[in-house]
Amino acid sequence: MKYALLVQGAPYSQQASHSALRFASALIARGHTLGTVFFYHDGVYNASRLATPPQDEPNLVEAWRRLHQEQGTSLLVCIAAALRRGIIDEREARRHGKEGHAVESPFELTGLGQLIDVHTTHDRLVTFSP
Amino acid sequence: MLVMLRHSPHGSSWLREGLDVALVGAALGRKVHVLFLGDGVQALIAGQTSGPLGQKGTHPTLDMLEMYDIDTLLVDGESLAQRGLTIDDLQLPVSLVDAASLPRVLAEHSPIYSF
Repeated sequence: MKYALLVQGAPYSQQASHSALRFASALIARGHTLGTVFFYHDGVYNASRLATPPQDEPNLVEAWRRLHQEQGTSLLVCIAAALRRGIIDEREARRHGKEGHAVESPFELTGLGQLIDVHTTHDRLVTFSP
Repeated sequence: MLVMLRHSPHGSSWLREGLDVALVGAALGRKVHVLFLGDGVQALIAGQTSGPLGQKGTHPTLDMLEMYDIDTLLVDGESLAQRGLTIDDLQLPVSLVDAASLPRVLAEHSPIYSF
């Protein structure tokens, strides 16, 4: 089956990201595919390339990136939820006259419409909230 | 699709961001039903304003639901009663559901977005 995950918890503050990643590993191990992870609410903080966790803790941003590299999973970040939390990419930084950016490929800023569309392109949508 | 709203209107952005999903779904032509559950029923209490925090408030968004053809607003009656509320306290007309019918309501909808 083709799965999509909706992640709404902030990394390192809440369990949601860790649980979502464990679920992702489990479903891939069972032969399913993970097509999309959509980050919404405080979940958008998962997309920050500036996160610098201590070396003896799981690197969540790396774990998401690895999903994209190994499974081709799309990492979609709600643009409305992200911008107001300072999670912007280079293009938005330019547009709003900001220095620096937090989002880079393979994470993509996108509209909520993509979350609605997930239902037609995936078999299951599983939500991970705090 | 069903949007479940389980958080009170103030103190977090859950309600606002949940309502955004309902509006975008409707704008994309989906049939959207909304279920207010637990503290989420407080979103509907009439007479709320945006308050001193400088946020927009969600009551204007609730008034917009009808414009988006979102007219099925389900409210858990027990959640209302536990908070000393009745449907007369709410700003919009709603349909009451009880705990026994919730499994059926959830089974009838796909996808379900929970906020």
